[in-house]
Amino acid sequence: MAGVSLAELHNGFSLPSSEVPRCGWDELCTEICTHIGSGARLAALAGRPVNDRLEVLVVLVRPEHGTLALGRAEVGARFASLTPACPAAHMFERELAEQWGVVPDGHPWLKPVRFHRSYRPGHDAWSRAVDDSILPCVTDFFRVDGEEVHEVAVGPVHAGVIEPGHFRFQCHGEHVLHLEIALGYQHRGVERALLAADPRRAIHLAETLAGDSTVAHTTAHCVALEALGAGQAPPRAEAIRAIALELERLANHVGDLGALAGDVGFLPTQSFCGRLRGDLLNLTALVCGNRFGRNLVRPGGVAFDLEPERASELGARLQEILQDVRGALELLFESSSVLVRFEGTGSVSSSLATELGLVGVAARASGLERDVRAELPVGMYRFAQVPVSTWHTGDVFARAWVRWLEVQRSAVLVSDLLAALPTGGLATRCPAPRGDRIAVAMVEGWRGEVCHLVQTDPGGRIATYKVVDPSFHNWMGLAMALRNQQISDFPLCNKSFNLSYCGHDL
Amino acid sequence: MVSASIVGVLAGLILAPLLGGIINRVKALFAGRSGQPLLQPYRDIAKLLRKGAVFSTTTGEMFGVGPAIGVAAGVVGLTLLPLGGSRAPVAFSGDFLLLLGLLALARFCIVLAALDTGSAFEGMGASREVAFSALAEPAMLLAVGALVRATDAQSLSAAVGAVWKQVWQPSMPAAVLVAAALAVVLLCENARIPFDDPNTHLELTMIHEVMVLDHSGPDFGLVLYGGALKLWIFSALLAGVLVPVRCGSPWLDAVATVIGTFCVAAGGGAVESTMARLRLVRVPQLLVGAAVMAALAVLLVR
Repeated sequence: MAGVSLAELHNGFSLPSSEVPRCGWDELCTEICTHIGSGARLAALAGRPVNDRLEVLVVLVRPEHGTLALGRAEVGARFASLTPACPAAHMFERELAEQWGVVPDGHPWLKPVRFHRSYRPGHDAWSRAVDDSILPCVTDFFRVDGEEVHEVAVGPVHAGVIEPGHFRFQCHGEHVLHLEIALGYQHRGVERALLAADPRRAIHLAETLAGDSTVAHTTAHCVALEALGAGQAPPRAEAIRAIALELERLANHVGDLGALAGDVGFLPTQSFCGRLRGDLLNLTALVCGNRFGRNLVRPGGVAFDLEPERASELGARLQEILQDVRGALELLFESSSVLVRFEGTGSVSSSLATELGLVGVAARASGLERDVRAELPVGMYRFAQVPVSTWHTGDVFARAWVRWLEVQRSAVLVSDLLAALPTGGLATRCPAPRGDRIAVAMVEGWRGEVCHLVQTDPGGRIATYKVVDPSFHNWMGLAMALRNQQISDFPLCNKSFNLSYCGHDL
Repeated sequence: MVSASIVGVLAGLILAPLLGGIINRVKALFAGRSGQPLLQPYRDIAKLLRKGAVFSTTTGEMFGVGPAIGVAAGVVGLTLLPLGGSRAPVAFSGDFLLLLGLLALARFCIVLAALDTGSAFEGMGASREVAFSALAEPAMLLAVGALVRATDAQSLSAAVGAVWKQVWQPSMPAAVLVAAALAVVLLCENARIPFDDPNTHLELTMIHEVMVLDHSGPDFGLVLYGGALKLWIFSALLAGVLVPVRCGSPWLDAVATVIGTFCVAAGGGAVESTMARLRLVRVPQLLVGAAVMAALAVLLVR
């Protein structure tokens, strides 16, 4: 039973909006806390204005049932914050406050997330005037005072070629007391653009939600549209989508492991993985002509086929690359000078990870078995079983080791899929979305679960499009991992999470 | 005799940046890359000297003075530096204390220049540099002290000149300890792996590099050249202890030691290619270890 005030939904399916029960906010909060207490986690919290009030839609993942649970409640200008009881909601509530100008009373640290104006003119959670300028990260910051306590501010312009983000450390010497992360520089308004976009153009927006997770986001987008329109991608397309998704995981994991080696100054693995990541990206290019998998996944199927010749070439090249990857990574994990840097650095306990609602590699490295491919399989993953790779220490080593385990298992999965590619068509026509329905599509990208929540109005037009990138859940995990660490270990911890700025800022 | 020692100083002035090029090529070789040209450090310095500089409005005079004193101290230090059996132009009893003092002066001025910017990063780098050098200096002093005591010499030139007759042959363990301590101090003082990563772009992990982030143009060129001179001084000293050529001809001794210096740089490149950086909190432990090795060497020699 999903509970009296929640509706049950399978990943990659839709249900009529009316089937999602409405209840009071307090009742919904109690329900959420009960479910989270029994192993569920928060996947998304989205707002939709209804007259002068705000309807909040919640999506929970219930791994033990393999289903999603949906509920909704209407709130006014102020409501009691869920965060004190459920810390995983803290970013979602800040987001609601910023987007819709509502105030979650009792939120411990209510700040803007992306520094844009409220979507409802006249409503602003911080009572800012219409002509007040809103600049990224011009806001309050947590501050530790005291003799010998000092503040180090890093970014938004960094020394390396990375995305912009602002990090403030409260330090006592080299010791970090607190790290506060402020993002929003990459805010482009993609969610709003997805609402307004011509359906033929929306796919291009989905491809750029987070450039390194193109296949994950596009697949989630297409699965959601197919669910709304009662379309179904053919099995061959599902298999090619899964191959592309695993290739994306392979390339990014190998690149990350090389970058981790680079951050501790271990040159051999860094040099090799840099090349191997490129080789793996070229495999995606072999499938669709683009190294990041753009133009491959399309509503109703995929745009490119894998003929037997190319499939066998892909398999052969993958085996060759994997041999080199194995060599480079065995060297990494056998070097004591590397292990001593990885082990015990930036630990996140499994209880903290549960509380914060971490997902993906970061959660699995803290011993949580969170992997949408196994929990809520959709597409090809209903047939291809993927073991969940976890490690229990929660430190940089765990995040590196989980990546290495996943590299091996993804490679096996790709080989299996290539060996038995289903026959049949590549795409079916995806019917237009049916009216008044809600669809949720969750895909396990390389960084973690990608969630697309789409709701249509009675005319079949998209009324709500909520994207939750795994980074949105995980940035707080990085901030907590740095507590009581050395400030010099920050770059290493940061790389071990390797979160997306644009996926967070949308 | 005099001519060989003057040429030794000139060799140091000219060849010092080459050590950085050798290290980079060795690292490239290990990584399977072709690497940057051997003479790239010269090109970098030449390029920087031709460029204009940007000065932050928060900086004062010390900011520009630091790099200049760094180079000046390095040049004066070279005149005290013997190349194996080839004596330095200036040698007097207790000159090794002056050499250490010059290196400390260079560091002091660079640290002041870093603090002059008022930037949190540079302050952080300066505090790290000073904390680690406070441990590296005793190790260096003890190592040189052991050398001087073992050879009954008063000056650095006499000590290095006699090291193969009086230290390596009669009391091998002490010599090994001195060489090991010198090697550790060399890597630390010159911001190499495992202490610091000269290639990193991660400002929070840097030690030496972060101190000179605000320097640009000719000032930064001087910082690089000063760093090269320092690397040369340490490498040549280590090579002087390790290279067993004392044939009596200052020219041959000097050439052998210069080749040894290049080998020391190549060895440094090999270390960088095969091991990861230490955690910053572990750095003092290794430095104290070096000091203990040097102290043991002092006790071992009679």
